[in-house]
Amino acid sequence: MGNRTIVPFGPQHPVLPEPIHLDLVLEDETVVEAIPRIGYIHRGLEKLVEKRDYQQYCYVAERICGICSFMHGMGYCMSIERIMDVEVPERGEFLRTIWAELSRLHSHLLWLGLLADAFGFESLFMQSWKLREQVLDIFEETTGGRVIFSVCDIGGVRKDISSETLMKIRTVLTEMEKELKETTSVFINDTTVKLRTKGVGVLTKQMAFDLGAVGPMARASGIEMDMRTQGYSAYGKLDFKPITNDGGDCYARTRVRIKEMFQSIDLIRQCIDKIPGGDINVKVKGTPNGEQFIRLEQPRGEVVYYTKANGTKFLDRVRVRTPTFANLPALLETLKNCSLADVPILILTIDPCISCTER
Amino acid sequence: MSVFKMSKTLLKNIFHGPYTVPYPVKKKETYERTRGKIGISIDDCIFCGMCERRCPTGAIQTDKAKTSWSIERLKCIQCGYCSEVCPKKCLTMENQYTAPSYGNVRDEYVKCTNIQSPGES
Repeated sequence: MGNRTIVPFGPQHPVLPEPIHLDLVLEDETVVEAIPRIGYIHRGLEKLVEKRDYQQYCYVAERICGICSFMHGMGYCMSIERIMDVEVPERGEFLRTIWAELSRLHSHLLWLGLLADAFGFESLFMQSWKLREQVLDIFEETTGGRVIFSVCDIGGVRKDISSETLMKIRTVLTEMEKELKETTSVFINDTTVKLRTKGVGVLTKQMAFDLGAVGPMARASGIEMDMRTQGYSAYGKLDFKPITNDGGDCYARTRVRIKEMFQSIDLIRQCIDKIPGGDINVKVKGTPNGEQFIRLEQPRGEVVYYTKANGTKFLDRVRVRTPTFANLPALLETLKNCSLADVPILILTIDPCISCTER
Repeated sequence: MSVFKMSKTLLKNIFHGPYTVPYPVKKKETYERTRGKIGISIDDCIFCGMCERRCPTGAIQTDKAKTSWSIERLKCIQCGYCSEVCPKKCLTMENQYTAPSYGNVRDEYVKCTNIQSPGES
């Protein structure tokens, strides 16, 4: 047994875009144990629901996270809609799905870039973010914001997308798909990339199940779990299958996310083909009374929204269980027995979003 | 050989030049829907206070007696809720962002004089 040392990792670290602290107990170069500490960016957004009325909170819910902002807003709005028995018009549901899938696309591209940056492949990082920029431009054109959309509302969406813009999105995505194939082939085939990701941080199917991993992390360990298969929003009318991989290592997680990007492009195309005309929202009157539990598939995995209303315009409670929080136990397990140099890549493969986790 | 997978893309990039906008020379175009900042045509305002009540961050203040409408620019999150609920539609979302500033700048608009007098709050 070698000497044990404790290396503090984070909250400020070059590979981490957000603050999380880990105490890494090392034996020589090998990690024996990782002790996490979170709580650096707690903003009390759940408590704020008692001070902002249920309609104002749409904007607050969106600001829980900068990357999956739309889906946080959507989760909150869906839970209120179910409490109030509001039926969203079909066009509204399709528009929500388009924005949600575009969000997934941009989140995965961001993650690919960060992964490339973590193993020191700068040009690949820039290439991924160059592609992401096109998605952000679509967001700005259709919603007015590049990161925070403010389009999701209780009862539907605020803004419509014209058919010309939908066609333009289709063309942009077709062009982007070609470039995406070129870029992602580097992640899949390049020898140096494979050396850094293959066999690193293996999470077996049983471990993923026991530790309650969600999203791409669980799917890369062979668990077929995708909340979109519940058929919420317009997903019930689209044709897709959850993407899984049996590898369980960083390489498998990369492959799952890469395939999901192509799946997202395909889903957006299906939406554009099938989108019906008509209204985009319904007017909501009255105040909610009751409680609701909603599960959605975010880019990082399953998010849970629990909402409790008491008949006034202020809600009693909003509770968000975010995917990163669910994936933290799995991360700590994979960190055991890995080398210190692999820690940044392992932390990145769960696609950590600490803003979501702490709210 | 799989080591040179990136070469094609890199060669393309060398001849293409930068993908980013050369900022001072060329400014980034905004879209029709770009949410930059809230603008007001103060002459149409009836100071009902709807925007003040709906604002999620409490950035807006209206005063019926003084016929003034003011907004704290750094508090505003550009959600557009105020312009949506405005009964006279005098609030609009402009495409250009607020200029960078020190501290909390409160822009005040007064109806009778039509003069904008931004001052420190």
